[in-house]
Amino acid sequence: MAYRILIAEDSPTMRSLLASTIEDVADAEIVETGTGFEALKVLPRHRFDLIITDINMPDINGLELVHFVKSNPEYQRIPLIIITTEGSSRDQERGLKLGADAYLVKPFRPEALQQTVARLLPREAR
Amino acid sequence: MSDEPTPGAEPLREFLSESEELIEKLGRDLIALDQGLRREGAGEAGAGGVDPELLNDIFRGAHSLKGLSGMFGFKGLTTVSHNLENLLDALRLGRVALDAQVLDLLFAGLDLLGRQVRGVGEGGSEEGADLAEIEAFVARLNEAAGRPRTAATSAAAAGVDPAILAVLTEFEEHRLDENVRAGRGLYRARASFDLATFDQGLAELTGRLKKQGEVVTTLPGAAAAAPGRIEFDVVFATDRAEADLRAALAGLEAEVSPLVAAPSPAGRAEEAPQVPVAPQRPAPGPDADRAEPRPAAGAAQAAEEAESSLRSATQTVRVDIAKLDALMTIVGELVLDKTVIGGIAEEMRQAGGAPTLSGALAKATRSLGKKLAELQERVMEVRMVPLSQAFDKMARTVRKLSRDAGKEVDLVISGADTKLDKLIVEELVDPLMHIIRNAIDHGIETTDERVELGKPARGRIALRAFQKGNHVVIEVEDDGQGIDFDRVRSVAVARGLLEPDAPPLKPREAFDLLCTPGFTTRDTVTEISGRGVGMDAVRTAISQLSGALDLETTRGAGTKMIITLPMTLAIIQALVVATCGRTYAIPLSQVQENLMIAPGDIRTVERREVIQLRERTLPLARLERIFRLRPPDGWRPGGGRADGSLYVVVVGMGERSLGIVVDELLGQQDVVIKSVGELLRGVRGIAGAADLGNQQTVLVLDVGSLTDEAIALAAGRREVG
Repeated sequence: MAYRILIAEDSPTMRSLLASTIEDVADAEIVETGTGFEALKVLPRHRFDLIITDINMPDINGLELVHFVKSNPEYQRIPLIIITTEGSSRDQERGLKLGADAYLVKPFRPEALQQTVARLLPREAR
Repeated sequence: MSDEPTPGAEPLREFLSESEELIEKLGRDLIALDQGLRREGAGEAGAGGVDPELLNDIFRGAHSLKGLSGMFGFKGLTTVSHNLENLLDALRLGRVALDAQVLDLLFAGLDLLGRQVRGVGEGGSEEGADLAEIEAFVARLNEAAGRPRTAATSAAAAGVDPAILAVLTEFEEHRLDENVRAGRGLYRARASFDLATFDQGLAELTGRLKKQGEVVTTLPGAAAAAPGRIEFDVVFATDRAEADLRAALAGLEAEVSPLVAAPSPAGRAEEAPQVPVAPQRPAPGPDADRAEPRPAAGAAQAAEEAESSLRSATQTVRVDIAKLDALMTIVGELVLDKTVIGGIAEEMRQAGGAPTLSGALAKATRSLGKKLAELQERVMEVRMVPLSQAFDKMARTVRKLSRDAGKEVDLVISGADTKLDKLIVEELVDPLMHIIRNAIDHGIETTDERVELGKPARGRIALRAFQKGNHVVIEVEDDGQGIDFDRVRSVAVARGLLEPDAPPLKPREAFDLLCTPGFTTRDTVTEISGRGVGMDAVRTAISQLSGALDLETTRGAGTKMIITLPMTLAIIQALVVATCGRTYAIPLSQVQENLMIAPGDIRTVERREVIQLRERTLPLARLERIFRLRPPDGWRPGGGRADGSLYVVVVGMGERSLGIVVDELLGQQDVVIKSVGELLRGVRGIAGAADLGNQQTVLVLDVGSLTDEAIALAAGRREVG
């Protein structure tokens, strides 16, 4: 069965870039959300195998989403990748401290995303 | 470079369209920032000055652009947006003060970004980017951003829970600090919402809190409050008393408490023992696979709604305008096919062969026609965009040009949500820009002159749009000095366009002269208006959109330019006519009526052919003369009808009516407007080409310019004769 991955990112271009890069290497059903609020709404609807979130979003920031996921017994087992940009080491540190499993710094190469995703997805598909 | 991500065509298009949107939004936000700064400068009562949220939005815009261009490997764009982002970061974090110079720098950066993105759009790469300009600009940015930062964190010192601080972005933390420094109280409002609809409830809560102070952040409570519900803490700063806050939130189930004194924020995981109330769901175990998606009992319905609302939130599709054009062409071709089928049905009926069949075919064709009309309307709707896409650019133009001209000008926009075909909106930008340039350069006086004249010191340009029937009217009105017709006349005489003893100009004649290529009343070429594009270019551009351009002016009080445009372009209803062996289409929207006249009805007044139409005299135009057509052998006007009768199509409006003499009226039909191509561009009297459906392409008459021509001709003759 395919993996299910949640992407929270407000840039549509970035979203589809992330999705297509992942789809190139993994059999994954990707749920895209444009805001943190939308992400909060979809989380209880599906079992996700991976969450990828941007930090700068308009409603709740990515750190708040990380905290929400990682301190909630329902979701804390889901691996989570934060996407930050150059020069935001503060966000990277905080994200990891809040329980994020990995971070990627924009601009990253497609292979970097693919490797991180492959490392974090459960070994066996459900 | 080989290690760069190489974007394909589709991602590149997405990148371009999102970048353009980001840049447009940045432009709007910068204008708002400029206005905030000015209000602050003017010390207006109640003016909040610079809104931190707005500044943060601008920062986020530059940040997104940097992230995107980085992913696509556009180094120049990344460099500029990155450095802009740095400056904006310093601004939003209070390390650099916002003033007019910094704002200019931001606007300049935005201009540069706009040009870079357009460059990428045209060439698909950054080749040809002006690296020197980018470097010089970045140096200026860094100089502005490089001032020392102010005091350090104080929110932590003030005793804010570290668990809250841990999830704040740097900006949110800074806002918390700022508010602590300003002596405001920090509070949180905790509320629980239905998971499916929390954003509405939260918006209401946040909206009310914003009236009391500043909302710093919104934290989702991590532990499940109850199945199907979610808890939020809205952190905000205010100088109001706690009791006032409770009153402000009356009717909402929100609990307000001071942030600093409180032991801990809501529902944090580490506080889990405090919330044992909610029935615990079984921990995810081996059987979880089969239970998916297993919403808790009672939450099923709410979750269902969550799903549907999520769908609606992500259902917007961005579409390349070229794809819509292609769709539109197909719809147009279908409409033409329908016309052909209708013709066959009619032929069948006339041949009298199978009356039931031809009747059924005619009925089916009518039904097809209705559905096609609906399809056509829907596709057109998709192409409609608000005029704000063009108007927002004008706000920047006014700001820049008025500054360059040393004048103070406010732009007042109304009706920006009026919708027009995307293509028309795009094509409007340049003409509008030029009209506004003219208003600033020629119309609005300097501040000193205005004060002396007893006018408000600040000039004003009103940009309005509204719908009028099937048309959209756009007005650009300034409160400047108006157009001096005597001056226009003397310049025209000096350039040999008018005889020295010509009578004083009527408004229409003056306007026509202003629209003569190369005409200017300026002695010197200025940075602003003297770029070789004159009113003639504006008028041509408007007529190519099948629109009309008019002018009203009052000496000393100002000038109003009025643009009337069709709402959509691609398919129009036309009257198809034939003359001199050629076929033409006349947009039906511009036809008043059709007459059949006898040759004896035509009189010649001042060497012009006219007829008497009820109370007025209608000038006539003969296409064979205007287009210098070579008539087929033996052709006579009227197509050789025995009685010599002629058809006259009355076009235009009121004073500006014209009778076009034709041989035959071939009927009304929908025609698909095609691009005229370079060859015909600028040919007076032709608006474009159209397909008739029987593989015949005909020219569409430009009624506006034909009437102009006829009137100009009349004016010229009067002087000579």
